[in-house]
Amino acid sequence: MSGLEAFRKEARAWIRENAPRPLWGTSGSGPFEGYFGGRKCEERDLDLLLWRDRGIEKGWTAPSWSKEYGGAGLSRAQEDVIHSEMKAIGVPRPVAGQGLAMFGPVLLEYGTHAQKLEHLPKIARGEVRWCQGYSEPNAGSDLANLQLKAERDGDWYVLNGQKIWTSHAHLSDWIYCLVRTDPSARKKQLGISVVLADLETPGITVRRIDLISGYSPFCETFFDDVRVPVGNLVGKENEGWTIAKAILGHERSSIGRSIARQPGSAQREVVARARKHLGITKGAIADPLLRDEIAALGMREEAFHLTLARIQQSAESGTPGPEGSVTKIVGSELKQQRYELGMKIAGMQGLGWEGPGFDEDDLQYTREWLRSRATTIEGGSSEIQKNIVSKHVLGLPEGKK
Amino acid sequence: MSGHEVPSLLLDDEQKMLSRTARELIRERAPAARLRAFRDTGDPVGFSGELWREMADLGWIGLQIPEAYGGMGLGFFDLCVVLEQSGRELMPEPFVSTLLLGTQALLLGGSEAQRKSLLPGVASGEIVLSIGYDEPSAPPGMPRPAVAVERSGDRFELSGERAQVLDAHVADRIMVLAATSEGGSTLFLVDPARAEVSVTRQHRMDGLNAAIVRLERLRVGADDIVGVLDGGASLLESVLDRASVGLAAQMLGASEQAFADTLAYLKEREQFDVPIGSFQALQHRAVSVFTEIALTRSAVLAAARAIDEKPAEVPRLASLAKSIASETFLLSAKEAIQMHGGIGVTDEHDIGFYFKRAHAAYMTFGTPSQHRQRWAELHDY
Repeated sequence: MSGLEAFRKEARAWIRENAPRPLWGTSGSGPFEGYFGGRKCEERDLDLLLWRDRGIEKGWTAPSWSKEYGGAGLSRAQEDVIHSEMKAIGVPRPVAGQGLAMFGPVLLEYGTHAQKLEHLPKIARGEVRWCQGYSEPNAGSDLANLQLKAERDGDWYVLNGQKIWTSHAHLSDWIYCLVRTDPSARKKQLGISVVLADLETPGITVRRIDLISGYSPFCETFFDDVRVPVGNLVGKENEGWTIAKAILGHERSSIGRSIARQPGSAQREVVARARKHLGITKGAIADPLLRDEIAALGMREEAFHLTLARIQQSAESGTPGPEGSVTKIVGSELKQQRYELGMKIAGMQGLGWEGPGFDEDDLQYTREWLRSRATTIEGGSSEIQKNIVSKHVLGLPEGKK
Repeated sequence: MSGHEVPSLLLDDEQKMLSRTARELIRERAPAARLRAFRDTGDPVGFSGELWREMADLGWIGLQIPEAYGGMGLGFFDLCVVLEQSGRELMPEPFVSTLLLGTQALLLGGSEAQRKSLLPGVASGEIVLSIGYDEPSAPPGMPRPAVAVERSGDRFELSGERAQVLDAHVADRIMVLAATSEGGSTLFLVDPARAEVSVTRQHRMDGLNAAIVRLERLRVGADDIVGVLDGGASLLESVLDRASVGLAAQMLGASEQAFADTLAYLKEREQFDVPIGSFQALQHRAVSVFTEIALTRSAVLAAARAIDEKPAEVPRLASLAKSIASETFLLSAKEAIQMHGGIGVTDEHDIGFYFKRAHAAYMTFGTPSQHRQRWAELHDY
């Protein structure tokens, strides 16, 4: 048995012994589901809280971070094993969110020892929740066009401008922001820096954005003469674009994976809706055309999960292939296909917004269908992902966009 | 299935070596352009028996055949490594007929005597096998008429015909599915050299070789049954599952080659003074093909692995692999033609052969919609 296989046995045993039973089968174990923590967290689910505490004590909220930073000092491969063992029984990770999935790994790579000591343990313990300040009204797909100004004033940066799509800023404590520190740089990518700000700093205003689903995970965050110590600069001034791209890389892979949920779950969900709304004739879903569409979805879901497994296997074997770049594209489209099909199946019962005549499941489903339109836009639109694959994987020459 | 339960979808070092060696030899000795030469010269065989025996000497033909019958005793997964490479150049050699149909039928249902008399010859490249059966995608009424059986005790008399029997024009033995009872069918081993058997070569658009096999009061005995009496349909289903996976591996290779040629063309062909690969309209189409190939590879490898390690998973994964590989190969070939522009629709360019084969393979062993229906049944909806 290899060392990793021995570790898998150990991890499996610990997780099955310590994950509270009611949490089993509730989660796809992605990085963005479960307990998010932070100072504003009002989580009351005792099982989630118990699981959080056990995870923190074991260092398995951030297994591959060193103990000094709140982790367990394990390898990335061991961390993958832990996550796959959690996924195997469908329990969430003990702590979820941007801090662990995206900001933490980047701070580990680019931050100073003091910055890591200050921020990472609080992330690993779920005490501080982070959000991301990237997009601006005029910097979406063309992210490098961002304009939020950070002007040096002694030991301070003074921030002025606006961020948008700052997911869950209203529930977060800190923001990691891309800011413009050199407006006169010869290329717009060159004058960008990464700065961290406590959202309670005077001058920061957070406003929620309603989506077509009626829900509001997103916010606009305004900066009006916000003073941030220069010690909150990550990496070197004006060299933040490299860091931004690294974070986006983490975002792509984590979005793809977080969409994945449990293998077969999309098919099961849609089949359950079909049984409920269409009925069964001689053991088969009554509408043969929709049944065919469900099978097509189920097959694609399976192929996607097998591809995620293959990517993980090749990463564990030390030779990652180029397929990782397609997970965001395929995963986000798959999510939309699932909801579109579920809505077709529900027919008129999918038209409810609230109130009588519609059941809770159908109302909820409609909201999620609406929300799913954003999956091919957020975290880099499918078109931007295709540009990236085209250039970096297929080696096609860059042209006019 | 969840994360860690997926068996390895990676090639080990020996399989990688096999893949490289096969690719080099096939690229050099068996380029897709041979299909044009076989067609235009009216070659009576339509493939190279010499190359087939050479590959047998390298151990590739008998890879999956047990050592007791002169093979290498490796897995179906290993065979798929070679099949993928054979697919890259659309090789017309009898991989499908002999290895994916005949050999699998013998391995799954053949008697010890049948295996002993035929498998060593298959492994050495001397014996070509095939099966005549009803394609799921054949129009109703085909074949005309089905093979009928008159039975007296242990003797059977077969009459009827099967069309598009792959490589039947050179096959040493052909297995024919015949109706032995109401709703029951049996697979019989037939020697085409017998006078009651006539074989008429057919010419297909895709360069694979086939023939119509006619049986006229052909007498066979219980020894000629492959599997059990009236058990032909379920044996054939298992054979076709394996054949679907093997064909999917060939389709994967062919998709990759068509895509690789297209990618190279996008980088070299210039219009408006720039490589056409710098146009976003074409870049995004190329990425879509790349994406489908990545998904297909995972499905094919998982299905191949299941044949060796997880037999209960074979039916649904075979349907998945056949379905997705069919769609991907057709997409890859159609996109290749479109992105090649005018040259892509000329006979001078090889890409047309990929398109023809893509359609033929799509129709063989069940279409994607037939496999989706089966998938739904297997998942109990």
